[in-house]
Amino acid sequence: MSQTSEEMVYKPKKTESHRIRSLKDFYRRFKKNKAALVGGYTILILIIVSIIGPFIVTGDPAEQDFANRLATPSADNWFGTDHAGRDIFTRIIYGMKLTLAVGFSSVILGGLLGIPLGIISGYYGGKIDSLIMRVMDVLLAFPGILLALAIVSVLGGSLINVIIAIAIFSIPGFARIARGSTLATKNLEYIDAIRALGAKDTRIIFRHIMPNILSPLIVNATLFIATAILTAAGLSFLGLGAQPPSSEWGAMLNGGRDFMFIAPHISLFPGLAIVLVVLAFNIFGDGLRDALDPKMKK
Amino acid sequence: MQSESILKVKDLKTSFFDEGNEIKAVDGVTFDVPQGKTLGIVGESGSGKSISALSILQLIDEPGKIIGGEVIFKGKNLLENSDKEMRKIRGNQISMIFQEPMTSLNPTQTVGQQIREAYKTHQGIGKKEGNKKAIEMLKTVGIPSPERRIDQYPFELSGGMRQRVMIAMALACKPELLIADEPTTALDVTIQAQIIELIKELQKDLGMSVIMITHDLGVIAETCDYVAVMYGGKVVEYRDVITLFKDPKHPYTVGLLNSLPRHDIEQEELIPIKGTVPSPDEMPAGCRFASRCPFATEHCFVNLPELIDIEENGQIRCWIYTDEWDGDQEVKVYEPERTS
Amino acid sequence: MTTYIIRRLLQLIPVLIGVSILVFSLMHLTPGNPALILAGEHAPPETIRAIEKRLGLDQPLHIQYFDFLKNAVQLEFGTSMRDRLPVIDHIKPRIGTTIALAIYSTIFSIFFGLIIGIISAVRKYSFSDISLMIIALFGLSMPNFWLGIILIQFFSLKLGWFPPSGWGELSQIVMPVITLGTAGAAIIARMTRSSMLEVISQDYIRTARAKGVSERIVIYRHALKNALIPVVTIVGLQFGGLLAGTVLTESVFAINGMGKLVVDSITARDFPIVQACVLIIAVIFVFVNLIVDITYRVLNKRIELD
Repeated sequence: MSQTSEEMVYKPKKTESHRIRSLKDFYRRFKKNKAALVGGYTILILIIVSIIGPFIVTGDPAEQDFANRLATPSADNWFGTDHAGRDIFTRIIYGMKLTLAVGFSSVILGGLLGIPLGIISGYYGGKIDSLIMRVMDVLLAFPGILLALAIVSVLGGSLINVIIAIAIFSIPGFARIARGSTLATKNLEYIDAIRALGAKDTRIIFRHIMPNILSPLIVNATLFIATAILTAAGLSFLGLGAQPPSSEWGAMLNGGRDFMFIAPHISLFPGLAIVLVVLAFNIFGDGLRDALDPKMKK
Repeated sequence: MQSESILKVKDLKTSFFDEGNEIKAVDGVTFDVPQGKTLGIVGESGSGKSISALSILQLIDEPGKIIGGEVIFKGKNLLENSDKEMRKIRGNQISMIFQEPMTSLNPTQTVGQQIREAYKTHQGIGKKEGNKKAIEMLKTVGIPSPERRIDQYPFELSGGMRQRVMIAMALACKPELLIADEPTTALDVTIQAQIIELIKELQKDLGMSVIMITHDLGVIAETCDYVAVMYGGKVVEYRDVITLFKDPKHPYTVGLLNSLPRHDIEQEELIPIKGTVPSPDEMPAGCRFASRCPFATEHCFVNLPELIDIEENGQIRCWIYTDEWDGDQEVKVYEPERTS
Repeated sequence: MTTYIIRRLLQLIPVLIGVSILVFSLMHLTPGNPALILAGEHAPPETIRAIEKRLGLDQPLHIQYFDFLKNAVQLEFGTSMRDRLPVIDHIKPRIGTTIALAIYSTIFSIFFGLIIGIISAVRKYSFSDISLMIIALFGLSMPNFWLGIILIQFFSLKLGWFPPSGWGELSQIVMPVITLGTAGAAIIARMTRSSMLEVISQDYIRTARAKGVSERIVIYRHALKNALIPVVTIVGLQFGGLLAGTVLTESVFAINGMGKLVVDSITARDFPIVQACVLIIAVIFVFVNLIVDITYRVLNKRIELD
């Protein structure tokens, strides 16, 4: 049967590519997502606070004042004081830097290891692919906080070790996403064409594959920062991360554990601070995903 | 107009709302479906033909909304019906089959379950009796060994088989009107002919009326009695099928026919219609086709022509055929040229 | 199906070997000679050598690994460094508690996750949808140990409804389960909602509506089953995450389970116990995922094509 010629101009409905459209298009969709904007601005403000905050708050996060222990929130101590008489507000402001540093550095470290592994795996396939993916399967066999816990148990408890542990914990996620996107991109016709023209693998990977797989990786990284912060706080809470008297929030919660019955505010505020930061990254990550992958949002 | 119309659609308007923007997908559509006959609706993607069909059954999803007009089925305006009344009509008096047989069947239910559901919903028939009827129906639509098929899942069937299952499901309750929305577009050419043949046969057997939505003029020529040509959310020409092919009037219809290869006469080349369908915000305020029409004048761009009667059962929406035509008078006399 | 199960079981072998190698290396990467730790700092060299011999530490690494593997299969994980009791004697009385906590929490998160997800999807963009999704986002963003602390402060100290610690009585189970299960419920709710919304826009849902069935049947008979298929895949992940999450929950509620045992043992540098617990949790998780994969396979008949 014949078709009207116009019909042929129209592509079938379901050929939407997963690639990043123009930056403008992305920005337009992102701007429309109010929640994501709020998340993004909150993160920005949190970063600014973490940098300039310590210069603005007058107190010293380690300054103990046993005369003023476990004081409830007041005009002098906005969030009250802890069991050593330290000002909780000051400590939270100082701790912000640690929390964000753990989040960003573990994700950057994990990404630097995981993304190349995934790209190599997807691009070259074959034996190297199965080897890398089996190793990732092994890492994934340790659920949730368990892998980080096991690594910290070997390395010993400190904030640096927590970052290393969480970075390792994040590798399989990055590798899998990078591999999947690489596979999808590798088989696009234009990559074949470029290869036929004699382009080197490194050039294809950096110039053509990387830009195409960036968006899912950015979304993953943002959402993983939230996980990283929660995991780090958990490890510190167990006494396996930042050690007292650090003003890392998980460590603060750990330090206040014995006093949670008599002074609830000690554990309330550091926890709320964690919720705020994690929430901001989750909202921002959700928004990025919606903006980068319009298919997801109806 | 025909006195014996099973369905009269009058000035139907369906719009989609996106952040305050209104996209008029169906913008005042009017047509008749004569009793027992087949009406073809033809047009390009985005002309509003599928949305018109879905609007008849009120199957428009958010953010779409029917905002005006009448859909008179056997003398009653369906748009005044409650949800419950509409449900009694869907799949019972008016049925619909869709373009994508691959995705239009529920992947987690067997063929039998899905056909049975029609009987259960409208006739309260239980599993055992329903199965019997489903087998019968599958036989009617030409599916071999239906006893085995009813326990299969859609993924176990080919595209053509799935479309037959869709037809069986749609016709289970012997509807008076079948709306077929591009039923063959997604199928192989050889299967297309079989499905068209099947629909024609069943129409004769059941005495039902059919709305055949397609972009394929071949299908129109083969199956339809009347044709509504749609462009930009409006019907631009409504004729009986023989007249339409013999004497197309609207420049768009002529363009469609000119771009169609013919075997019966010598043809030098196919002449496609210039340009593409403009996006809703670029749509001319006047005649929707003005931006692609070779004859369009200033007047056409600004003013919207009415759908006027030009013969019995024939209507057209074009300034050329009115007294207000201010363009080339020769066009009016000789009418747009058929090159094929 | 059988071939699929056999194939999946075969695929498990390299993963399990990898897991065991990783866990085995944990002990060897640990700074400090275990024999020295066991013997005490001032023990004479002969004693240390004797202990090394007893533990097989004088053997080459690969021999040590095969011994470790052989013993692990027989649930023989050596002795605790603190009290010299076999590791398995520490784990046995505690593992039930931990698995029960993880299972109850999984059930909790599936139950509430599905209900919230379905309500949200059915009433999309309504006030209740938006509120539920905001709550889910909070649930996802909360450190569970902190939630536990807040629950204790409120329900134990203020209201006195539930005891703040322990395990066994129903009243003792409620708060740990909420603590551990909330994040999972939030994840399942979000997943269910987006999966439902995606399914509702599918062609076959329109077909069902065109058939004239009621909206209730469209949602529950046609949409839900299809929407749940992807949700099933995360339930396995959830269970694993919750199993590991017991580490924090048990610590907050002073529940004497395997999670708390791990933490206490890390603090006390009692590595044989840590090693055994990590290995056991990983192996359980691997098998739970296998079961989930098979379930998914059964539910999603479409996959059988490839």
